[in-house]
Amino acid sequence: MMSDRAAVIRVEHLSKSFGGVQALQDVQLAIFAGEVHALLGENGAGKSTLIKILTGVHQPDSGTLVLDGRPIRLGSTSEAQAHGIAAIYQEPSLFPDLDIAENILVGRQPTRAGAVDWKQMYGEARGLLARLGLTLDPRTKARELSVAQQQLVEIARALAINAKVLIMDEPTSSLTLREVADLFALVRQLRAAGTAVVFISHRLEELFALADRVTTLRDGAYVGTRAMANVTSEELIRMMVGRSLGELFPKQAVPTGDVVLEVDGLGVAGSFADVSFQLHCGEILGMAGLIGAGRTNVARALFGTEPATSGTIRLDGRTVTIRNPDSALALGIGYVPEDRKEHGLVLEMSIGSNITLPVLGKFARWGWLNSRREHQTAEAAAQRLEVKMTTVDQQAGQLSGGNQQKVVLAKWLEAAPRVLILDEPTRGIDVGTKAAVHRLMGTLAAQGMAILMISSELPEVLGMSDHILVMREGRITGRFSRAAATQEGIMAAATGA
Amino acid sequence: MIATTTPARPRGRLVQAVVRFREAGIILFIVVLSALVSLRSPAFLTAANFNNILLNIAILVIVALAQMMVIITRGIDLSVGSMIGLTAMMVSFTVVALPGLPFPLAVVLGMTLGAALGGFNGLLVARGGVPPIIATLGTLSIYRGLIFLYSGGTWINAYEMPPGFRDIAKGTPLGVPNLILCALIVAGAVYYFLSYTRTGRDIYAVGSNPDAARLAGIAKERIIFRVFLISGLLCGLAGVLWASRFEAAQTNTAMGFELQTVAAPVVGGVNIFGGSGSVLSVILGAFLLGMINNALTLIGISPFWQLAVQGLLILLAVLTDSVIARRLQGFAGRRSR
Repeated sequence: MMSDRAAVIRVEHLSKSFGGVQALQDVQLAIFAGEVHALLGENGAGKSTLIKILTGVHQPDSGTLVLDGRPIRLGSTSEAQAHGIAAIYQEPSLFPDLDIAENILVGRQPTRAGAVDWKQMYGEARGLLARLGLTLDPRTKARELSVAQQQLVEIARALAINAKVLIMDEPTSSLTLREVADLFALVRQLRAAGTAVVFISHRLEELFALADRVTTLRDGAYVGTRAMANVTSEELIRMMVGRSLGELFPKQAVPTGDVVLEVDGLGVAGSFADVSFQLHCGEILGMAGLIGAGRTNVARALFGTEPATSGTIRLDGRTVTIRNPDSALALGIGYVPEDRKEHGLVLEMSIGSNITLPVLGKFARWGWLNSRREHQTAEAAAQRLEVKMTTVDQQAGQLSGGNQQKVVLAKWLEAAPRVLILDEPTRGIDVGTKAAVHRLMGTLAAQGMAILMISSELPEVLGMSDHILVMREGRITGRFSRAAATQEGIMAAATGA
Repeated sequence: MIATTTPARPRGRLVQAVVRFREAGIILFIVVLSALVSLRSPAFLTAANFNNILLNIAILVIVALAQMMVIITRGIDLSVGSMIGLTAMMVSFTVVALPGLPFPLAVVLGMTLGAALGGFNGLLVARGGVPPIIATLGTLSIYRGLIFLYSGGTWINAYEMPPGFRDIAKGTPLGVPNLILCALIVAGAVYYFLSYTRTGRDIYAVGSNPDAARLAGIAKERIIFRVFLISGLLCGLAGVLWASRFEAAQTNTAMGFELQTVAAPVVGGVNIFGGSGSVLSVILGAFLLGMINNALTLIGISPFWQLAVQGLLILLAVLTDSVIARRLQGFAGRRSR
């Protein structure tokens, strides 16, 4: 059996927490030479933390790493590389201003008599590129390469350190089908040569095509390891999401009213197409799917930051065109983006100014602000949302993530839009604040607001939504009513399994 | 295999070589400007005038090369003028007080002093986490203040200098003024350092992608400390040369010089946001600045206009360069992404 083989790298009882958040809890993993080992889990399940520990970026709080039967400590990425562990991260880690050869051999350029030996370097690089079947000129600057080529250069970098373990974090997410096929051929070649490959992907069909075994994580804990040959996609999905829902998501039963927003055949060239749905007064419509499925693009189209190129949007039965956020706001559409630091809050401004920002006009007369009234309104809103702060004059950037999210919501509460789009409203905030945000969403719906909620957390989608849409690769691939929705059903529609 | 799925290779190797040769634009600008100026002033295109320009830019080249290294790491060193002034003052006082001091020792003294000042900048940025522009803005004032404290507001004049001190810069033992020789040696050394040492390559890596540099095991802080240290070292050398060339050390020596040391690399095509830059770019940039200065005087443009025209020409040079770069890239075929 496989388990009799000696693992190249073995991880035991690994735990890691970041500022009170337990990212990994007693996780185990064993990877053999010459296998492709898939690492599977929902967003936030702990995959990234695990690979960052394997590559020496983070150090574990407890647990052991065993390489070739000997326990090791990895204090830095260079130590991991010295042990033959290389990684290709989601974010490209090339140097755009340096050429291919130097990108491959960075930090260990060949030298002769203390001087970098460029001739030798180009020779080595050419050899490594040839092993990958590439005919690129090693003098080409990395910035001139396509994404796929950049990834191949990173693989060449792994070859250059004779990597025993190669970790690939969602390498296919930005590749075309053709490029994915080429990449897979290459991974199989590495496997045949005895490299242990750890492969992370959300696309189950890729894992079935490529992986030998799969280890699943959920909420930072180890769920199980299976041979890919005798596991079904249903079983994998159950391993990924199988948890009880609990009473964390108190969606109040609100009688839904008339259709507020109706979207028909909406599309943005190159990102999503043919999206149709209706959103009613008092309804929470959940939008599930994997990262990159196009859900945020739909939201951006509805808010006018990335205007739709096809389809129609009707508000209260009237066809409208939304070209920019101004027109969306005028029509009563509000949007809370996923990245609140980047798009949702002005961190340097006070809490109060943030809250009143979209409705400043209310407090102005002849261009002058009535700051007392502005202050009072902000104060009232912040208190209603139980924002933990000293005063509304405090800088928004000083608040915790959960409280920042409350301020963003307070801002829209004041604007009172007809339609509110929430993109990952509770990402990265603690359980208690999460419940407060969910309560607030329920209240807003009860007041008649129509809410479109994008969420990658299935329990949240299932617990909060009246109806659920599932998107995959820019299309709607599933529609569920609250009663009919199951985690397995949604996951199947999201992954295409 | 995969290489075939991406855009075809650019049309000609020659065109490609020109595109990669980032200095093409600035050279063209220098040639055109020279031609125009020589039409107005026959004295411009003479060996004597050329020598004059080189003498005028030698110190600028040395310090601008140091500045370029800091810029490559995404930093900036605004304290170079004050470091030059302070070393010039301290070395001048020393040689006046100790007339028997061998001049090579004076040079070593200046460079040691400069390295200490630059090292302090490096500590502030690399260890203290102070942004380079803020850290060196602070030391710009501190070091300038130290000049006043050290000299008590007095200065050293030519007649006080020991005989022969001026030869450090102006002597011609090898047929070429030492000043120009110094600049050439520094340029060669910096070229070798940046192209052929691991530290030199790491300077580019840190500037090009700091996060990736960390993942590749490059100690970013150490690299940043070193570029500031080198900047100080070269400013120390520049300080001695300055004192020797002008046979004086004043409280306002090299005041405002930092602007030129930033302008030279930028005009030469060094990316102000870091990651790239070459010795040749800096030399060309400094040469263009020196040439513009020289030409404006020769043509007889009123000193009242000189600064404005100088700024205008600098902007024009940078614009020409970026337009040419863009045109050539368009010609060389679609840029792959």
